[in-house]
Parts: sequence; C-alpha cells; structure tokens
Amino acid sequence: MAFQVILKRPESLTQREFTYCPGCTHGIIHRIIAEVIDELGIREKTIAVAPIGCSVFAYQFFNTDATVAAHGRAPAVATGMKRARPDLYVFTYQGDGDLAAIGTAEIVHAANRGEKITTIFVNNAIYGMTGGQMAPTTLLGMKTTTTPYGRKADNDGYPLHVAEIIKEARGVAFLARTKVNTPQDVQKTKKAIKKAFLAQIKGLGFGMVEVLSTCPTNWGIDPVSALKWLEEHMVPEYPLGVFVDKVGDEQ
Amino acid sequence: MPRVKGKIEIDQERCKGCGLCISVCPMKVIDFGEGFNAKGYHPAEPKYVEKCIACGFCYNMCPDVCITVYREVESA
Amino acid sequence: MAERVLVKGTEAIGEAAIRAGCRLFFGYPITPQNELPEYMSKRMPEVGGTFLQTESEVATINMVYGAACTGTRVMTSTSSPGFSLMQEGISYMACAQLPAVLVNVVRGGPGLGDIQPSQGDYWQATKGGGHGDYKLIVLAPSTVQEAVDLTVLAFDLADKYRTPVVIIADGVIGQMMEPVTFPEFRNLNTLPKHDDWALTGANGREKHIVVSFDIDPHVLEKMNLEIVEKLRKIEANEKRWEEYKLEDAEIVITAFGTVGRIAKSVVEQARKEGIKAGLFRPITLWPFPYERLEEISKGKKLILDVEMNMGQMLEDVKLAVKDHARIEFYGRMGGVVPTPDEIFEALKKFLNV
Repeated sequence: MAFQVILKRPESLTQREFTYCPGCTHGIIHRIIAEVIDELGIREKTIAVAPIGCSVFAYQFFNTDATVAAHGRAPAVATGMKRARPDLYVFTYQGDGDLAAIGTAEIVHAANRGEKITTIFVNNAIYGMTGGQMAPTTLLGMKTTTTPYGRKADNDGYPLHVAEIIKEARGVAFLARTKVNTPQDVQKTKKAIKKAFLAQIKGLGFGMVEVLSTCPTNWGIDPVSALKWLEEHMVPEYPLGVFVDKVGDEQ
Repeated sequence: MPRVKGKIEIDQERCKGCGLCISVCPMKVIDFGEGFNAKGYHPAEPKYVEKCIACGFCYNMCPDVCITVYREVESA
Repeated sequence: MAERVLVKGTEAIGEAAIRAGCRLFFGYPITPQNELPEYMSKRMPEVGGTFLQTESEVATINMVYGAACTGTRVMTSTSSPGFSLMQEGISYMACAQLPAVLVNVVRGGPGLGDIQPSQGDYWQATKGGGHGDYKLIVLAPSTVQEAVDLTVLAFDLADKYRTPVVIIADGVIGQMMEPVTFPEFRNLNTLPKHDDWALTGANGREKHIVVSFDIDPHVLEKMNLEIVEKLRKIEANEKRWEEYKLEDAEIVITAFGTVGRIAKSVVEQARKEGIKAGLFRPITLWPFPYERLEEISKGKKLILDVEMNMGQMLEDVKLAVKDHARIEFYGRMGGVVPTPDEIFEALKKFLNV
C-alpha cells in the first residue's frame, strides 16, 4: 500500500501567499478558479483581470497573464482584451464594491453585449480593503463603518441583487449564485465557475457566478462563525440558484 | 467495507490558523498547534492523522491552499 | 504614385489609422467627432477589424487599456468632456506604459461648453491631465493631410515608446474637406508584437503582468523613474514644428492646429502691408519645441501667441522665449474662431501701427 496525492495546490496558482485575512473565503474562490483553469487546460491562454479592493493582488496569485483594472472597469478591460484577442480566455474577479457600486454600467453592458468573458463576482456584503464600509450589497440593519446604526432603507437604499439584474440581459449564457461556506457548496461553486468558463470557451456569451463569501474581519466575528452568519443572514437575502444556463450538462 | 485510509499535510508556514479546516473535518483529525509560525499564527496540525478518511473537506475549505490530501492505494 | 482624394478631416484620421494597421476602435458618440466612429463602424468590418460602440467614455478608455495590454494597435476618439472622463484610464495607461492613439476633437468649454472649435484642452492634453506624474505625446495637425500623416506617426510613436499618443484637433480640422494622399496599407505582420511584455497567454514563458500599481513605494518610484527616463528620451528625439517665413521675420506669431493655419493668412496680410511677420507652429505640443523657439525669438520685435483659449500654450511660449523678446497674446474662447483680420488688427495694435 502507498499514499497517492488526490488534492493539492493547483498549477494555475503561483506560490505567492494570499494577502487575505485569516479565514477570508476569497482564497477558497481563488483556488477553485485555478482548479477549473487547470481542468480545462487553458492556463496558457488565459488572462486574469483583477479589480480594486482586497483582491487587487489577484494579479499576483493566478499563474496566468494578468492586469489590474481601474475600480469597477474590469468588464471593460476584459472586453478590450477579448475583442483584441478572441482566441484567448479572459476572466474578471470583482468584489461587490467594484462590481455592484462603481462598476454597474460596465458589468450590465458587458453582460448585455454577450461579451465572451467570465466574471467571478464575490459578494461579502461589505467593502473590505477600505475598512468595512457599507457596500450596495450590505444587508438592512447591518452595521458597517459608514452605517454605524445599521443600514436603513430610507437613507441607504436596499441590498442590490446583482444576479437578478444581470439575468435580464440577453447576452448572458451562464449565471448562478452560489456560496462557499461548506465543502459541498465549494464544490457546487466550482461546477458553476466551470460552466461560466465553458460559456466563454464555447462562444455562447457572457458567464458569471455571484459567490456569497465571508469577511470575518469587517463583520467582526471569527472565521468559523462567519460561515454560519453567511448561511443565516446572507442566504435569505440572496437566494442561491442557477439563473441562466445555456451551457447544458454535456461538458 | 474497509474504511478509506487518508493522510493530510498542512503547510505550517502558509497556514494562518483560521480554523476552517478544523471546523469541517468529520473525523476530528486536525487541531491547532501549540507553537507559532513565522507569521505569528498557531497553525493547524493533523494531530490525529490516523483517523483521516481523505474526504477533502479540509482542503476544500482552506482559504490559504496549504493542505495536501493523500489516499492510500494498492501499490502498483 | 498614390492618388489624391478629397476627404473630411475626421474620416481622414480614421482611414489613416486603418492604413497604419489599426483594426480595433472603441468609441462613444459626442459632437463634434461623430463622423470618425461612424466611419470606423463602416470601415472596420471591411478590413476584418472591430468597431465597438461603448456605454461611456469611461468604458471606452478601459477597453482601450485592455486591448493595448495585448499589444494590439487600438484607437479611440472623443471630444473634450469625453476626454475629461477618460483621464483616469489614461493615467493608468501612462503608468502601465500602454500604447494607444487617442483623438480629441476639442470643443468649447469648460463644463458642457458648446460644440464649436476650441483649443481649450491644451493644458489637459500636455500637462498630464489625470493624476500622477506623466506626460503624453500630443500631436496637433493643422491640415487634413497633416492629420493623416500624424495619425500614422502617432501609432508608430505609441508602439516605440509604449505610451498613449494624443492627436488634438478641433471641429475645423474635423469637418474640413481637403485633398489628401493616403499612405499604403501597413502589412499587419510587420507591426510590433511586444512579445516581451504583452498579455497574450503564458505559453512557454513566465506570466506577464501589466499593471499601474505597486504597494511598495520604492517599487512604484522605480516605475515612475522608468517613465521619466522615457519622457526624457521623447523630449530629446521627437520635437516637431513648422517654421513659416521666419528667415527675415521681425514678428513671430506662435500658434498651433487650426489657428496655425489661420495665422499663415495673417503673415501674408502683414507682409503685404510691410510688416515682416512669420509663423512658428509647434506640431508636437508635448514635447514642446522650447529650444528652437528660444533661438528664433532672439532679437525679435514681438512674439504674438494666438490661440482659441485664454492663453494656454502661452505658458510654454513664455518658458521658451524667456526675456529674449516681448510676448503678447490674442485669444478667443467659447468656440469662437478668430478671423485673420481680427488677428491682424490685434497685431497692429500691439505694434502701435
């Protein structure tokens, strides 16, 4: 008898240590994207577009060609790349400040054009990098450094449901909302991300996965409790599901 | 049916001691180490590795990609 | 012998870009430059290129950024308010050292302004425009033929120095029809490939990173110094200007673009009345030809700077001329184009004749 490796760090990650806080699930999402790129065998033909926010350093983490886009503009940058080089695969990695606030125009129009790019949208209901301010996705009543009394609808508006908005765009080929707070959900998220890439590879259109993620530091709770908090508070506000799937099951 | 025998390794220097792997391990293989790593964290250690069933839960939940999972197979 | 054809300025720039090997155009409608994207929307599919109408100038410049990351020739055009919107992206491109050609058909400002010809974006184009330490190469044509030639040059300079290059025109040059000779089509296989830095997939090589960012101030300073060194090279090698009837001139008119061509009529008019006038017309607004203008200004009776703004290039004229000669300024704003007669009147007033 002998031991054989069954799970290890994917090739599409560099050896760089992540800059995320302990227990932040950004790292899990990075890993499954890298696994998908490995499994699809597209590392040598992929460009990563990192956002502004905690994941600004993603350009160092993915072992692919990479850039950083201006705040919210990753879908436009990816569009420019894909139009210049349709033979390459381009994905954006964006948080909720980046995509759901300053970048709403770019994401809506990239989706509507059916731009053949893939977007991984990480929704943790808060601005992380800048210190825990309210995001468009912040829950009602949730305390942040700019909603110290809790988010109030009459002043701050409502949690923005990005996937529900994007699903109306006819250029979308795959769209799902998933979460990464259990091992089973991580696997479901990975499957969704793979389909969002396949939507691009098969030339079907725009692919996006909204991933519910944790921010233990700015939520002010420990990493394990954050997994539970996500389940109890975020999932009721942001229902999981596959909104658009033109990719099908045959892979 | 005999239980699958597994083994994990945790990169002690990469680990930030978040404890997510500990929270999801069904066999209670992992616990925090007593010592500190260079980053100042108590890294998770596979203290009871003989109980490991190679389910991969820890690997799946590790945000710092520091876990390698092995499974025992018939030698070729 | 290439044939001469009668074309409008904006369309001439578009055709010249295609001849220079540009197959990608991103743009958003804004007056007075719409004929250029319209021309590209018709022409790009004919040559196997891509035209994309974007959702905003902000998206436009970031698409240009993305395309430029792959080392592909890319272009956009806009007019003043749109150019303002692009500044953040241009700053990113300057820092990431990305080649691209940006056309600004300047209109009256500030604010919404109007849609008439203006030179009010001289400062914005030549002094940086966005945040941080950088300059862009800025080319100012004064005829349609020159617009053609400078468009081709713009692509070559952008690639050579890895920098955005601005072509600054206005509604006069944009709308004017003149006979031009277009260059031959550039063989796309001969265009620079930028294999050493472009994002083309890490196939058989280490990954490439193109960013305008580093968290370590010492690294970012090094990135800045690299840009500064490049800008010094551009200053040393790329200054361009036109001298018109300066051999015996006592009066030097300084003017660029549209005013540069109006000023030629003023020179003629002045000479008819016995005033020995000449014209110094910077073609590269940055790098500005300071040294040559200084040399020319020595011993002159008057330097008259004329612009369609409040005196923006005037600051560079003063830096060049120093105290070698008296400097006066005549300008119109808000989209008003000065006539040769009124400039000549202003000149006579300054000369007390």
